[in-house]
Amino acid sequence: MVIAGVGGQGILSIAAALGSAALDNDLYMKQAETHGMSQRGGDVQSFMRISDKPIYSDLIPKGGADIILSVEPMEALRYLPYLKKGGYVVTNSTPFINITDYPEQEKLEATIKALPNYVLIDADRIAKEEVGSARAFNFVMLGAASPFIDVPFEYLEEGIRKIFARKGEEVVDMNIKALHAGRKFSQENR
Amino acid sequence: MQKSLLLGVEAIAQGAIDGGMSGVYAYPGTPSTEITEYIQHSKQAKELNIHSDWAANEKTAMESALGMSYAGKRAMVCMKHVGLNVAADCFMNAAITGANGGMLIVVADDPSMHSSQNEQDSRVYGKFAMMPVLEPSNQQEAYDMARFGFELSEAFEIPVLMRITTRLAHSRAGVARSAEVMVQNELKLPEDKVQFVLLPAIARKRYKKLLSNQEKFEAASEDSAYNAYTDAADKSMGIIACGLGYNYLMENYPDGDCPYPVVKISQYPIPRTMIKKITGECSKVLVLEEGYPVIEEILKGYLEKEAVIGRLDGTLSRDGELTPDMVGRALGFKIEESLEIPDIVAARPPALCVGCSHIDVYKALNEVIAEYGEGRVFADIGCYTLGALPPFNAINSCVDMGASITMAKGAADAGLIPSVAVIGDSTFTHSGMTGLLDAVNEKTPITVIISDNESISMTGGQKSSAKGKLESICEGLGVEKEHIHVLLPVPKKHDEIKEIFRKEFEYKGVSVIIPRRVCVQKNVRDQKIKKASMAKAAKA
Ligand code: SF4
Repeated sequence: MVIAGVGGQGILSIAAALGSAALDNDLYMKQAETHGMSQRGGDVQSFMRISDKPIYSDLIPKGGADIILSVEPMEALRYLPYLKKGGYVVTNSTPFINITDYPEQEKLEATIKALPNYVLIDADRIAKEEVGSARAFNFVMLGAASPFIDVPFEYLEEGIRKIFARKGEEVVDMNIKALHAGRKFSQENR
Repeated sequence: MQKSLLLGVEAIAQGAIDGGMSGVYAYPGTPSTEITEYIQHSKQAKELNIHSDWAANEKTAMESALGMSYAGKRAMVCMKHVGLNVAADCFMNAAITGANGGMLIVVADDPSMHSSQNEQDSRVYGKFAMMPVLEPSNQQEAYDMARFGFELSEAFEIPVLMRITTRLAHSRAGVARSAEVMVQNELKLPEDKVQFVLLPAIARKRYKKLLSNQEKFEAASEDSAYNAYTDAADKSMGIIACGLGYNYLMENYPDGDCPYPVVKISQYPIPRTMIKKITGECSKVLVLEEGYPVIEEILKGYLEKEAVIGRLDGTLSRDGELTPDMVGRALGFKIEESLEIPDIVAARPPALCVGCSHIDVYKALNEVIAEYGEGRVFADIGCYTLGALPPFNAINSCVDMGASITMAKGAADAGLIPSVAVIGDSTFTHSGMTGLLDAVNEKTPITVIISDNESISMTGGQKSSAKGKLESICEGLGVEKEHIHVLLPVPKKHDEIKEIFRKEFEYKGVSVIIPRRVCVQKNVRDQKIKKASMAKAAKA
């Protein structure tokens, strides 16, 4: 799975929850991420690989990703070369515009809707209105991708519980609520 | 046993802690920074009293590590690949002095230049210094090899270089920790009292020892658990896979059924017998190296007696990191057809954060420079290097740590007056101070702007050695007091800043202007930490 976004959007918390879920359930996992210069508002991605067999490469081969999970619509398209035939693009529809030549919203949506398998979700809105915390949009996104992730859903809940345990019950519940909201949207709109 | 989820860099840090290390020395640099940060945040390291403060630069870091090794304890020094250039003087000579307590030199290379000026391969340095080199192929090996590196270093009384690359550094995997944590060494001076005194007469002897030890280093590589020869039936090709190259090879044979003989290399010097065997038995050899074609070039040679393919003949790209696809193609696999990136996807280069103080500096600078003509701003390494991109297009050079001041000096010597240097606070104390002294001694007409945000921001806001010291350093180096200005870079002060720039550009000597405002990101982080500790205190 490729997790995509813009530096500062916090995609790594998604990877962390998944990683912890995988590890606690004796699955193999590798997760490569971007640090350094591009964290200053550049495009960032994380390659997440989970398997019941040992994993060698930290990078995903072209055409090897089951899912592209993007917290920003244009960034979802940047990683299309990695998408497997029949793979899913699950992307947030709220753009993050920090460049002058950002494409027109309509064209962008049309390009996404032309893909064979996609979920286009306004995670920002759902996080704010349904979950009650704008910051939970990352886990709305993970929830939206969850029907396509071949890992039991409870594992993801456990993962969130684990990485947010230090921050208290409230934060945990909020993010799990976000996870469910995203999943529901996806199941109804795939 | 429960595994820990660790980045490659964190695995090295934990491995070193568990391996009886007494201190880590480093200057931040992507992708090496988090090794030291991990140790700074480790409760275990704190309990064990392991030194982990940042050093002013890589050379001071390496020298301190060598000092700790001299005193008999295990020391690690970490840096990015170009940091080794800064530390090279100590590095080369440390191979001659040798080590007393185990010394591990961890260098993180950045092929594909994700966050760097070049993609130099530190294995070349290892060979240059004739030191054993370790190149882990995964996070588990990274963990295990930290401890192993200390043992190797003490067994052969020489520092050991561990070379990693970005992908391993910043990729996470489950790592099984060793059950036993090694106890730190006692203070113990070297038996040979002159071991570290490199007077020519002594250095010659030490050098001969280093030369005669090469055979032992090679034998250790042959026996190493990290190097392996795996036989297979199809001898039409043999494969030599170094470090991460091994992963990309196996990625193409997920069931482990590679039809060709393989030599996996994670420890150098190159294990000669394995290489001889594979080149002898196979009709040709494919070499997979993450970085320069180091082994490939040696095997191929000028006479091209061996049929060797890899980066030099175009089978693999000559530059950039390896990828599983690139290796797959070299192995003759058809690559899956995939979608292309649609044209509407725009590039999203990194940029200065909204509200960053460097923006105010560049806005003022650009307007004043326009009055003199372009092409006279020499910058340095840090967030402010992003001033090279639109909308600023404000700088004309970025070469190495500290080069802004000295390049401005050379240009001024050549007649480009005024010449301006833009350097960050931490880069200034890293390598800018000595260049400033050169300029002061010659009263060279340059203006040095130390854009001070009180942190090492590009790598994540580490503590800057310069904090609270800049004015006194500049004064101490001989910059005249009336030509040192501290100002607040905010939009309101735009005209005032311009006025000071203009005035000092006209001065025919060394001026230092220090726009000082804390990095926006650092500020956010500091506030968070403050809030958390206040909440904790309130609870208590
Ligand atoms: S991290 Fe700090 S110094 Fe770097 S661009 Fe952002 S605000 Fe400026």
